[in-house]
Amino acid sequence: MDKPFAITLDVGSSLANHTGAWRVERPVYRDFLPPCNKACPAGENIQRWLYDAEDGSYEQAWRTLMEDNPLPAVMGRVCYHPCQTACNRGQVDEAVGINAVERFLGDEAIRQGWTVPVTAAATGKHVLVVGAGPTGLSAAYHLRRLGHAVTIRDAADKPGGMMRYGIPAYRLPRETVDAEIDRILDMGVRMELGAEVRNIRPDLASGRYDAVLMAIGAQLGKRAWVPAGEAARILEAVDVLHDVEEGDAPQLGRRVVVYGGGNTAIDTARTAKRLGAEEAIIVYRRTRDRMPAHDSEVIEALEEGITMKWLSTISYADAGTLTIERMELDETGFPRGTGEFEDLAADSLVLALGQEADLSLVEGVEGLEIVDGVVAVDERMMTGHPGLFAGGDMVPSERTVTVGIGHGKRAARHIDAYLRSTLYQPGAKAPDAELGALNTWYYADAPHQVRPRLEGPRRTGTFDEVVQGLSAETALFEARRCMSCGNCFGCDNCFGVCPDNAVIKLGDGRYAIDYDYCKGCGICVEECPSGAIEMVPEMP
Amino acid sequence: MLSQIEGSKAVAKTVAACRPEVICAYPISPQTHIVEELSRIVKNGELTGCEYVNVESEFAAMSVAIGASATGARAYTATASQGLLYMVEAIYNASGMRLPIVMTVANRAIGAPINIWNDHTDTMSQRDSGWIQLYAEDNQEAADLHVQAFRIAEELSVPVMVCMDGFVLTHAVERVDVPEEADVARFLPPFVPRQLLDPDQPITMGAMVGPEAFTEVRYLAHQSQLDAVDVIERVSAEFASVFGRHTGGLVRGYRLEGAGTVVIALGSVLGTLKDAVDAEREQGHAVGVLGITSFRPFPYDAVRAALAGVAQVVMVERAFAVGVGGIVAQDVRTAVEGTGTRVHTVVAGLGGRPITQASLRGVLAEAYAGELGRLTFLDLDRAVVAAELAREHAAEAPRAAARTAVRSPDAADTVPAGGAVPVR
Amino acid sequence: MAATPVKFYQVGSFAVGNRLLESGQLSVQSDPGRTNALTSGHRACQGCGEALGARYALDAAMAVTGGRVITVNATGCLEVFSTPYPETSWRVPWLHSLFGNAPAVATGVQAALRAKGSDVRVVAQGGDGGTVDIGFACLSGMFERNDDVLYICYDNGGYMNTGVQRSGATPPAARTSTTQAVGEHPGNVFGQGKDAPRIAMAHEIPYVATATVADLADFEAKVAKAMTFRGARYLHVMVPCPLGWGSASSHTVRIARLAAESGLFPVFEAEHGEVTHVRRIRRQVPVEEYLRLQRRYAHLFSPVRDDVTIARLQAAADRNIARYGLLEDTAVAELSYGEPVVTGAAPTLDFPVPARDHHVPSTSAGPGLDLHERPDPLIGRPPLPGPTPGDQETI
Repeated sequence: MDKPFAITLDVGSSLANHTGAWRVERPVYRDFLPPCNKACPAGENIQRWLYDAEDGSYEQAWRTLMEDNPLPAVMGRVCYHPCQTACNRGQVDEAVGINAVERFLGDEAIRQGWTVPVTAAATGKHVLVVGAGPTGLSAAYHLRRLGHAVTIRDAADKPGGMMRYGIPAYRLPRETVDAEIDRILDMGVRMELGAEVRNIRPDLASGRYDAVLMAIGAQLGKRAWVPAGEAARILEAVDVLHDVEEGDAPQLGRRVVVYGGGNTAIDTARTAKRLGAEEAIIVYRRTRDRMPAHDSEVIEALEEGITMKWLSTISYADAGTLTIERMELDETGFPRGTGEFEDLAADSLVLALGQEADLSLVEGVEGLEIVDGVVAVDERMMTGHPGLFAGGDMVPSERTVTVGIGHGKRAARHIDAYLRSTLYQPGAKAPDAELGALNTWYYADAPHQVRPRLEGPRRTGTFDEVVQGLSAETALFEARRCMSCGNCFGCDNCFGVCPDNAVIKLGDGRYAIDYDYCKGCGICVEECPSGAIEMVPEMP
Repeated sequence: MLSQIEGSKAVAKTVAACRPEVICAYPISPQTHIVEELSRIVKNGELTGCEYVNVESEFAAMSVAIGASATGARAYTATASQGLLYMVEAIYNASGMRLPIVMTVANRAIGAPINIWNDHTDTMSQRDSGWIQLYAEDNQEAADLHVQAFRIAEELSVPVMVCMDGFVLTHAVERVDVPEEADVARFLPPFVPRQLLDPDQPITMGAMVGPEAFTEVRYLAHQSQLDAVDVIERVSAEFASVFGRHTGGLVRGYRLEGAGTVVIALGSVLGTLKDAVDAEREQGHAVGVLGITSFRPFPYDAVRAALAGVAQVVMVERAFAVGVGGIVAQDVRTAVEGTGTRVHTVVAGLGGRPITQASLRGVLAEAYAGELGRLTFLDLDRAVVAAELAREHAAEAPRAAARTAVRSPDAADTVPAGGAVPVR
Repeated sequence: MAATPVKFYQVGSFAVGNRLLESGQLSVQSDPGRTNALTSGHRACQGCGEALGARYALDAAMAVTGGRVITVNATGCLEVFSTPYPETSWRVPWLHSLFGNAPAVATGVQAALRAKGSDVRVVAQGGDGGTVDIGFACLSGMFERNDDVLYICYDNGGYMNTGVQRSGATPPAARTSTTQAVGEHPGNVFGQGKDAPRIAMAHEIPYVATATVADLADFEAKVAKAMTFRGARYLHVMVPCPLGWGSASSHTVRIARLAAESGLFPVFEAEHGEVTHVRRIRRQVPVEEYLRLQRRYAHLFSPVRDDVTIARLQAAADRNIARYGLLEDTAVAELSYGEPVVTGAAPTLDFPVPARDHHVPSTSAGPGLDLHERPDPLIGRPPLPGPTPGDQETI
């Protein structure tokens, strides 16, 4: 074409004009720390495995999850999901059902028979883990992946600790526990059952183990003194739950009173109902909102006809009758007696006032310290005795399965470093993904998927699992509700909203800024739904 | 085909024979008969492959032509007078973008006062617009010039205005040999645009050009006009070889041999002038006529050559630069610079006033006598003008006094020496 | 054109795209192979809404026509910043003629194409000045003739190219350099307004629509739909101007969103003179949220708050809401691609009310950026003095 000079131009020639020179600030892609990840006691990269799950890559999602937690099917049932409490979506509509997706992935892995290969070269080191509960299993799993030989020793006949002997089957089916433990054992973990370690010193001295991790839990019911007549039938909740699991359910009678406000109290009351009690009554000295038990558990208990007696203490227990004192809360929220008493008919009283660790196995261990009934450990989870580590309920902690799993991972990493004569240095934490940096307008109004539940009256006669899993479809839906706080999820917004075409789409949900043309307007930052882009000043 | 036909219809049929692809028009006297006829020709299928667009203004008409031409279509429109002025912005744009649009202007005066009759004030206002301007002497030439205009425009990629006197030509029924489509096809090849909007070869047309290149763009436009001088002459000759008649070209002399005085003019007045010159020659006066067909580009060399040895020129103009005088005369003076030829301007025929032989011959008599001034208004009613000037002067006096009164008390020192306050 | 339900819940179809969408559901802008009709290196200000809108529109038109588009551009910012010699940012056939003649030039292009039997389509574009003021006669003529042209007006409410003077599309109370924030009634007058889309509708042309740069799916769907019609079509797009509005360069899309969500800028479609579809407000905000982000309205809040004027502007938004049913569920069916579609078991949970938008302005230092207090959209607006009967203010 014979184009006239200057007034007719060749298309696209403005690429010669590098408008990036105008910029005083530049957008930079970031991976911030989402609140779910931050809140997870097991240190899961939740945002990442939800991202994997969003496109139906469930195996990839499960493998990402398994980097941190070897028991997703268990956790997907019993974790009290602090991630969901922290979830930013909770402030937009409702938190993402992370726990449900985790369970779906865990169950899917069991259905599909996915396994974790041990790829690390054998180190020749051998670690003894005492206790086959969540902490011990988690530690064993991670240690195996790092190439170490592991032996777990447990007093019980079956592995799982509180997962088996503390949590009723209607919340955590045993085949799930078995499947996930078997998968760990299949990685080459040696398991010695019915092998109580009465004292750890011989093992420490034997030279057979290069390191020892104790994770025996807190199995003893906390002794609370309740004045009682001789004929009164008083039991410990941990014993009741344990015996039920052993197939040796105790006789509780028609009316059972459980004393306490924690999850164990709820578990016990609901178990009592399933064992045939006509009435199960929980007596708690404060109000419902101050109950340590999780709300979902309380709701399920109420649905099953459990009755609650708030602001009450048991001042005397006798055969068939309890004497209850009415309480009131003072201005600090502490309960105090009112001097008003009433009688409450009860065939048995089960105490669920907390648990203690049986620390007889550490008697005489040099350097080891016990503080407030638990074993003191440093930030490496090592006791004062070199090479002897401890974790789970027997060390200072919030006693949940999730925390135990986290302890296991942490202990494994430090034991590994100890065995290699180095120190484990966790990577620097990314800054928090703040809700304020998200542009929530973009997120569709997607309601939380509710897991179907067995109807209340139908479930009290059975130990069948109450809460059902999500279908693949609803799990997908739920995963996709994730706002991916502070992390790119490949929505193309930056690529689309740049007035200067200065965002390059790399594919696979990744992008780059073309600084030759980016003028630094900041629209990509403002319009990034997940707040994963940040403006930083240009340096002169 | 020879026929007795109105000038407008002859032009319309000729334009149709040139097979334009887009015709757009907004009606204005005295252009209306041209676009009416074209509308009929397109609508009844005599001209196919052509879109006729009725627009809402002359500004839109030229704009439609711009869009069409930029898309590679042969585009045509017609206007006059106020309409020409209303499209001025687009006129400059079309030439600036080198779009070979052809437009007929049925020359008409510009208001105020509103006047629908013929003079050249409209097209003269566009002398610097970058368009080629060709002026038709009669309706045969008006028709032929359109055929040549498309050739010239498309060869040079420059738009062309064909100027024909409103009413005098547009509404005159004369014998015209209207160019036949088959002949036109032999003379005018299909339009091959230099540049066009095409999704297969996208370009940006109409870029913004700053100081770094604007002068060069304008110079190139100038050069294209300089080049047009030869092209116009050549196209006229080629036209003659196909159609057997000489029309168009740069200038055309009449009885110039031995002439000491030459009358120059543009357009239809040339016919009257030739009659007058015939009469003057019979009286023994050495006088001739030079018609200028191409006003833009101005054919300096051709004019200078035609006027070689001529003592004086009487430039008859149907427009003038207010406060200055002749418009074409300035170019003629430049053409004869250094030859000693005197140039007199006679402004005539404004707003449709007839230019009579008697008046013209009166002017020539003054010229022979060396009494013709530099600028003459033919048949000006001096009594009317004098009376009006006197009345205005009288009306101005009290206003001038009032202005003086307002200014003097505190501003006495601003009064120039001599005490008189200048009245503007 | 059949609307495809997006079976995707993360951001529905509100974001530009998503790695999870199938190719048929992707926006044109999410496609790395998009035309980039207006490519990098142009000299628009940082955060220019018009540059964004023009690329959105033309890329969509190119996509739906298979690249068979010629564009005509009125004089204005868009033309100036895109084509300073020796560089052009356009990658489509593009013609600029004059300020006021783009519709007529487009007619000419179209006439030429029709004469040649070409299938190429014509898109003309201009700013609000070139459209509703100086080019209005040509626009109306093009509409009246029903020429096969899609005309797109990028409305930034003023003559920004020449230094932010008032245009016929400048909203009431806005300050421009010729309606300054001084005197008894600062800013632009409350006139009758010049509602170009409704005037276009009065021509009963096949298709008229409004859009903003804040809802890409809606915008692209409208361009695509417009290209399914033959005849004159008009698309009026709100494009915020950081320079002229005194807003942060990063807030361009945000402000466009607030304009729509407040009701000040109704987003709708009309065919043959009748409204056929309304884009409902998703999360309603008071006009104040929109006004506060722009320095051109600063005189409404400082040195003293001008409640009366704010109320008049709110009344204008409310009038739009009432006229178009912007808050009604059933007035006109929502495009199904605009909302997520539930595929799983129907959730029994009640829809929670969305919490307030916690988004705070980014750190990008655009003109006039200040972190301001924004009222909570969930909290009912304080009762505002309503318009007096017969008030005709529009925006």
